[in-house]
Amino acid sequence: MTDLFSKFDPIIAQRAGLLATGITDPFGLVMEQVISPTVALCNGRETILLGTYNYMGMTFDPDVLAAGKQALDDFGAGTTGSRCLNGTYSPHKDCEEALKTFYGMDHAMVFSTGYQANLGIISTIAGKGDYIILDIDSHASIWDGCKMGDAEVVPFKHNDIDAMEKRLKRIPEGAGKLVILEGVYSMLGDIAPLKEMIAIAKRHGAMVLVDEAHSMGFIGPNGRGVAEDQGCLDDVDFVIGTFSKSVGTVGGFCVSNHPKFEIMRLVCRPYVFTASLPPSVVATAATSIRKLMHAADKRAHLWANSRTLHQGLRDLGFQLGTAEPVSAIISVIMPDLERGAAMWEALLHEGLYVNLARPPATPAGMTLLRCSLCAMHTAEQVQTIIGMFERAGKKIGII
Amino acid sequence: MDRAATAEKIAALIAPFNKKGIAVTDATSFAGDLEFDSLTVMDFVAEIEDAFDIIISMNQQAEIETYGQLVDAVVKLQG
Ligand SMILES: Cc1ncc(COP(=O)(O)O)c(C=O)c1O
Repeated sequence: MTDLFSKFDPIIAQRAGLLATGITDPFGLVMEQVISPTVALCNGRETILLGTYNYMGMTFDPDVLAAGKQALDDFGAGTTGSRCLNGTYSPHKDCEEALKTFYGMDHAMVFSTGYQANLGIISTIAGKGDYIILDIDSHASIWDGCKMGDAEVVPFKHNDIDAMEKRLKRIPEGAGKLVILEGVYSMLGDIAPLKEMIAIAKRHGAMVLVDEAHSMGFIGPNGRGVAEDQGCLDDVDFVIGTFSKSVGTVGGFCVSNHPKFEIMRLVCRPYVFTASLPPSVVATAATSIRKLMHAADKRAHLWANSRTLHQGLRDLGFQLGTAEPVSAIISVIMPDLERGAAMWEALLHEGLYVNLARPPATPAGMTLLRCSLCAMHTAEQVQTIIGMFERAGKKIGII
Repeated sequence: MDRAATAEKIAALIAPFNKKGIAVTDATSFAGDLEFDSLTVMDFVAEIEDAFDIIISMNQQAEIETYGQLVDAVVKLQG
């Protein structure tokens, strides 16, 4: 018998090698108690959370919690059904209304996760004979959506406008084209030149899908994301988003002005063949989304946090993913996986949680410590964080 | 462009990626013999695409394992 698991031997060995050095398992962290959006108890130690994507700190918002509790009482723990059958309750429709208002768009469709939103929309709209042109650093859910569909998949170099245009030009006359971009790329925290790229895509007759998972709520005048910020949201055919970051719960969505968009509810398999979100979840999401429309002060504070941390880490001599702070993700580039893991552990001992990211999730084989800031981090917490990075960085010998 | 000319042009493009300087034949595989990783594949495919003004989609790339197969595919894609 061939052991189907033998293909995992290299990663099992790599992991065993790392853990044999005595390091805490970076992928086995358990939070025993969550005290606030920015603090949790990990291994009995109070830990500042700097790797949660909880950008707007909505997870403990009293209005959000109240809406969820009410929906639990009124509608029960779950729907036990697909959105197309018995799984659409009024809170699901209300949540979609909140999204339409938030983005100023005609249609909104809520999925069980953002992963499924990408999987479903991409694999359904781009079919046999169509072409998908996408950034090579796209999120796994985008790649999996491509793989699940039957379209021809053509990647181009990250954020390279010329490389994208060259490929668009070579697509056979008359073929359907979908360009897929992200607003913020979550590994390095950099943003896309959407305005130029979308203008070119449109000139070549392509439809455009933008994943704004890491920008909702705080980038753009109304928090609609990078496309809004760059003044090109009207040219985006499909915006994909998630409730698992700024919104502070779980779920995914697609918003669009396409006149035929509603047919997706019948033909999109990752929407049809899975149970809908619990009513409490969509009720919390709807409340959170509506509050995010009026969160200018929190947004300003989040940006201040991002700038302070970026400057502080740069001054300490760390190598960062972006020259300037352009999102709420500050990515610290590690020399290799061993020292990255050691630094991650040293920070945890200091009482700081960040994300350790490594290949294949990262571009160019990099090991990264990704920090995602929250609007609820106080200015003092940010200073504390910089001090922790300084001590840990010196201990591991990175700075 | 005929097969010989295409093969010659591709061979020239492989050279800078052929770190160990192995002799390239139709049976030389990119992953096994030339030890291309996914990043190298991306850069190399982009070079081929630009040199011949074609697209080699990921779907087509999945079918190409050797130099000979790449030459055949490029000949076909040029129409
Ligand atoms: C760019 C991007 N798209 C989609 C997703 C998927 O979101 P979700 O957590 O809702 O599945 C994520 C987050 O993991 C992401 O970073």
